[in-house]
Amino acid sequence: MHRTWAIVERELRRFRRSPILIVISMVFPLVQLVVLGYAFGGNVKHLKVAVVDQDGGVPAVRIRELAMAVAGGARTFDTILYADQGAAVEDLRNGKVNGVLTIPPEFSRRVLSKNEPHVALIEDNTDNFVSATLVGATNSLMTAFSQPTSMPRITPIPQLDVVEVYPYVPYVQYLLPGIIVMSIFMMVMIGGGIIFIDDKARGLHEGYLVTPISKLELVAGFNLSGTIKAVLAGSSIMIVGSLIAGIPMPFDPMRLARMFVVVCFTSFALISMMFLIMVRVSDPLLPRAIFGVLNTLLYFPSGAIYPQQGFPTWMRWIAAVDPFTYAVHAFKSLVLKNTGFGAITVDLLYLTAFSAVCMTAATMLFKRTL
Amino acid sequence: MGAIDVRNIVKKFGDFEAVKGITFDVDDGEIFGLLGPNGAGKSTLIRMMTTLLPPTSGTAVINGFDVVKQANGVRESIGVIPQALTTDLELSVEENLLIFAKLYGVPREKRERLITQLLEFVELTQWRKAQVKNLSGGMRRRVEIARGLVHEPRIFFLDEPTTGLDPVSRVNVWDMLERIKSERQLTILITTHYMDEADKLCDRIAIVDHGELKALDTPMKLKMSVPTDNVLEVSFASVPAGWVDKLKALPDVETVAGDDHIFKISSKNGPATTMAVLDAAAAAGVTVQSLSVASTTLDDVFVHYTGRVLRDALQDASPQDSAFMLRRG
Repeated sequence: MHRTWAIVERELRRFRRSPILIVISMVFPLVQLVVLGYAFGGNVKHLKVAVVDQDGGVPAVRIRELAMAVAGGARTFDTILYADQGAAVEDLRNGKVNGVLTIPPEFSRRVLSKNEPHVALIEDNTDNFVSATLVGATNSLMTAFSQPTSMPRITPIPQLDVVEVYPYVPYVQYLLPGIIVMSIFMMVMIGGGIIFIDDKARGLHEGYLVTPISKLELVAGFNLSGTIKAVLAGSSIMIVGSLIAGIPMPFDPMRLARMFVVVCFTSFALISMMFLIMVRVSDPLLPRAIFGVLNTLLYFPSGAIYPQQGFPTWMRWIAAVDPFTYAVHAFKSLVLKNTGFGAITVDLLYLTAFSAVCMTAATMLFKRTL
Repeated sequence: MGAIDVRNIVKKFGDFEAVKGITFDVDDGEIFGLLGPNGAGKSTLIRMMTTLLPPTSGTAVINGFDVVKQANGVRESIGVIPQALTTDLELSVEENLLIFAKLYGVPREKRERLITQLLEFVELTQWRKAQVKNLSGGMRRRVEIARGLVHEPRIFFLDEPTTGLDPVSRVNVWDMLERIKSERQLTILITTHYMDEADKLCDRIAIVDHGELKALDTPMKLKMSVPTDNVLEVSFASVPAGWVDKLKALPDVETVAGDDHIFKISSKNGPATTMAVLDAAAAAGVTVQSLSVASTTLDDVFVHYTGRVLRDALQDASPQDSAFMLRRG
């Protein structure tokens, strides 16, 4: 065991002298947290909607007023009145407006005669987010239009009451669990995989292999030192990220302790996986080349930025074996819901089993000779 | 049995046979040299002896331990300096030694004393806390030598220890190796492609080329085994008539070339002819201004046993050798 600690000591002494490594592994996840968190987290506002009133009746005027109320209130869109539908559609195609709300002739008559009145929303559906927002806002507008002016005291229509168990979660907070896992992965790749292969290419491993160290001691030494580095990165992002994302009570000691445990389990699982991937690699270009692929393959299916329920079946299979999935779920439980270990037992068990399988396989594949 | 006993050792990489059944042994306390060009199989041979590569066939017993069956016994007995500089540049000199002392399981109470002694020995005491990246190439090589000795090995393997060093650093490393031998009673096996290095350091030299052992003996005996003529270059102040014929008539002289007063005399026996030339000059009252004898070198030995000049061999590593070198660094 003392030989394992010698490997760990060597790696950590080198790590201490490479502050740039620590900075690089922290900067990327933090930039992503801030940029993605605030870019995706806000509501879409100030879309431009052309309003073409071909009717001019009182109900049509009410539609226009409601549209202007949206422009003045929620500011989801701003309205521009057009006299000519053709000109409005032309501007839609040219990107000058995002949608055209057309109140057709006879609208008011149909409203008053209760004969299937319609308005049309012609939209630019090349941007799904904008399109969905416009449809949602216009539907709300039409619902408001359809509301009777005076409500009965007791309504016969069933109503839905939504009760939110947790406070509102901004997207930046939703993103934080994935960012913590990504920071661990960054350190695993840069401080673990890339350095491991670079050392191998430089011939440093020859120095180890001529000593009486065993395969298991060597693999354990590399895994342990990589885990410690990744835990340092993950813990730092856990604290700094919580402050940036505005997590309530970021220094709650119990939550921090539980998160630290998950950071440790995740770090060991990811370094074991990385070492298994790199155990037979000797080309220094390879870890750099597969860095992006691995990141995409592990991060995006994990549910870190989008719910897994929306994935196609094949991607759900990837998510099912992806260690990121379990780490992200565990962090989400702790960060967003402040749960105890009961809610993340499965996650911890999976990460433990995953680490054991990877480390065993890596030890078996590790060549004690050149 | 000596310190190293290698019998019919073979190493193949696919169809390419890098080492072709080499046999030799090394006595305790000996400095043994493997001399040959790049791609000759020297590094493969040393890697098999240091357990870094498994032999395809044959045996190697190091300090009584078989490299395959008792690899850890071998590893505990040997210190190894690989061809590439493999010290951690980010760590200090002391840290490099400390980590390796721990890897070799040197007891805590001995580590400090051993490291201090070794740093004095390699004259790096004042650089103890310096990061290795701030040291010169020669100093880094001395750090590696200290690192290889940190667990007090019985046998020391050095794979081309002076390649890439400037002439002064090379001489420093040579001095250090001679001191290691005399002060620590170590057996040393060194690979090199420098003739002067092998000639100066080694008690015995094995000439290796294309994976085969071409010759093995002491540097002196290897030189004597080569039937090369000595060439005397003599400058006389002035010469009497018929002097060339007189020179040709001297013992063991084969040819005499030259004009005016400078002559090149080819002889089967340099020392005998030298004495005869001096005697003849004294008898004839001819003043000898200068006299030099070109003796047999290891270059001549290498040419004799391999059929080519080592300098050319370094440039002419076969395509297979080159591919192997790329693969194996």
